[in-house]
Amino acid sequence: MKSRSLLVFALLAAAACGGKKPAETPAPAPAPAPIDSTAIKARMRQDSINAAEARARAAADAAARAAAQLQAQLSAEVSAMIHFDFDKADIKPEDQANLDRKAAILKANPGLSIQIAGNCDNRGSDEYNLALGNRRAAAAQRYLINQGVSASQITIVSYGEERPVNPANDEAAWAENRNDQFTPTAGGNNLMAPK
Amino acid sequence: MRAAVALGLLVLAAAPLRAQDPIDRGVRVGITYTAGTRPRLVLLPGAGLDSVRAILQRDLDFSDRFEVLPLESGSAASGSTVNYQLYRTLGAEYGVDVRSDAAGVVVRLHDIGSGTVRQQQPFPLPAQSAPGFRMAVHRVSDEVVRWVTGTPGVAATRLVVLMNKRAYRVDSDGADVTPITPASETVLSPTWSPDGRYVAYTRFLDGAGPIMLHDLATGRAQRVFGTESQLNFTPAFSPDGRSLAFARTDQQGGTDIYAVNVTDQCCLRRLTVGRFADNLSPTYAPDGRRIAFVSTRPGTPQIYAMSSDGTDQELLAPYDYGATGPSNAPEWSPDGASVAFHRDIDRAPQVFILEVGSRRFKQLTSSGRNSDPTWAPDGRHLAFVSDRSGRAQVWIIDTETGRIRQLSLTGEVRLPHWSRRFGAASP
Repeated sequence: MKSRSLLVFALLAAAACGGKKPAETPAPAPAPAPIDSTAIKARMRQDSINAAEARARAAADAAARAAAQLQAQLSAEVSAMIHFDFDKADIKPEDQANLDRKAAILKANPGLSIQIAGNCDNRGSDEYNLALGNRRAAAAQRYLINQGVSASQITIVSYGEERPVNPANDEAAWAENRNDQFTPTAGGNNLMAPK
Repeated sequence: MRAAVALGLLVLAAAPLRAQDPIDRGVRVGITYTAGTRPRLVLLPGAGLDSVRAILQRDLDFSDRFEVLPLESGSAASGSTVNYQLYRTLGAEYGVDVRSDAAGVVVRLHDIGSGTVRQQQPFPLPAQSAPGFRMAVHRVSDEVVRWVTGTPGVAATRLVVLMNKRAYRVDSDGADVTPITPASETVLSPTWSPDGRYVAYTRFLDGAGPIMLHDLATGRAQRVFGTESQLNFTPAFSPDGRSLAFARTDQQGGTDIYAVNVTDQCCLRRLTVGRFADNLSPTYAPDGRRIAFVSTRPGTPQIYAMSSDGTDQELLAPYDYGATGPSNAPEWSPDGASVAFHRDIDRAPQVFILEVGSRRFKQLTSSGRNSDPTWAPDGRHLAFVSDRSGRAQVWIIDTETGRIRQLSLTGEVRLPHWSRRFGAASP
């Protein structure tokens, strides 16, 4: 019985071979690839490395952003102007916190040097204002030195009324133009935040 | 004309000063000009020389020594004889007659009353297109003023001014506005050397400002010895031209006056020791022995004086402590008798003249902001900056008559300084 079936199959097969196109036979399913555990482990390892690196990058980016933000903040604090009353060179109480912060930053960064430029509004005498501007710059310099900043970190100049921040001629502009401006001359990058 | 004269030449009785009697509330006495103080003068008509006559006519008017009668052209014959009778009916006392000769002009001063020639002289003149033409005509005018008054006029002079941070020179009649410093530089405090050969000024840089000695003939500027560092400003020559006094800032916030031998470029010496005060704006007396200057030692800037070696310092212009406004920009008059300066009255600067001997003041201005006075070499005209026309311009006042005129310039003007008389060598 079994051998008969085989025979029939053989005949049919012979007929098929000898005659017209044989019927399609399904291709044998490919043998499943042998499981390569080494590659899998490598890939998983790589994935975890990538993820870790991304996390590290994000953390680094965030840190860099924070650092840049801190630098920007420290720079802004170093540069923040102070202002004066008409024909006066006295530090105003509301500017003391500003100067205290500058003093702390300067002490935390001994490599930082600044130039203080004293400025005046255009109402006083042109030439007297050169002397007044110098006195305004010196007032901030003296305040910072009294807070423990090294004198060697500060130079002063006067621009008198020659470089107004606001060229308008009204009370608001005059008030803006009576100022000290603070500009780093060395070591202004990578500032350390004061402790 | 009389109205123009009464414009507030105010005299202030300044002494004795008391706290409840600040000088700006002092007694004001108006000085009214009467026509008799200025003789009438007419520029006689003649053939040709129109531009010479035009310059002379204006110079003689600006001298404020005459009432210059306007004459319509062709209103009188230009023959060889002068119609004295005609000019007598016009009220003229002097007639100035200008005629061509081979090298220039011959100028005659006629005494109309007596019908005689009082003075005559040939003056060589360069061609009208030559650069020295106007100055040469100004010198003719100054000589005519001398013939009448005994003192030469001041037409052959120039002022140096700042416009938009650049130094310019301009003739005393407003002509020939010429830049001295390049547009790329910011300069301050320009001042003439007594011989008119140099202008000294502050070259304003970042954080420093040397004083430059600018040779007008060559256009070359040389840094003055001792002004290499810090900000150096308000230079002033000694009358002999050998010394230059100036203010200099220091790193402690002070400003003090120094002097240097500018001929030999040596010998820097310090004249003031401020400690807690600023000292600036020196100005030499004409004998060179005293220097007036601004000091903040009383709190506000006021006018002081010292010997030219820095000794013997004293208050020069009286003030009321706590009441008198800041006083700045002194300039000693050429005759030594007065110091002009500006003092804030109700926060606006006004021009004052201090009589050095009596310590009495005259307040010259009262409308608008008026500052930075500078003397003409005749010691009677003063130029100063005023915004009375709406923008800062140089105005020239005759302190004798109160006549005033604007030196019209295109920009906002500041810090004028008037030269001494130029010799014939100057263009």
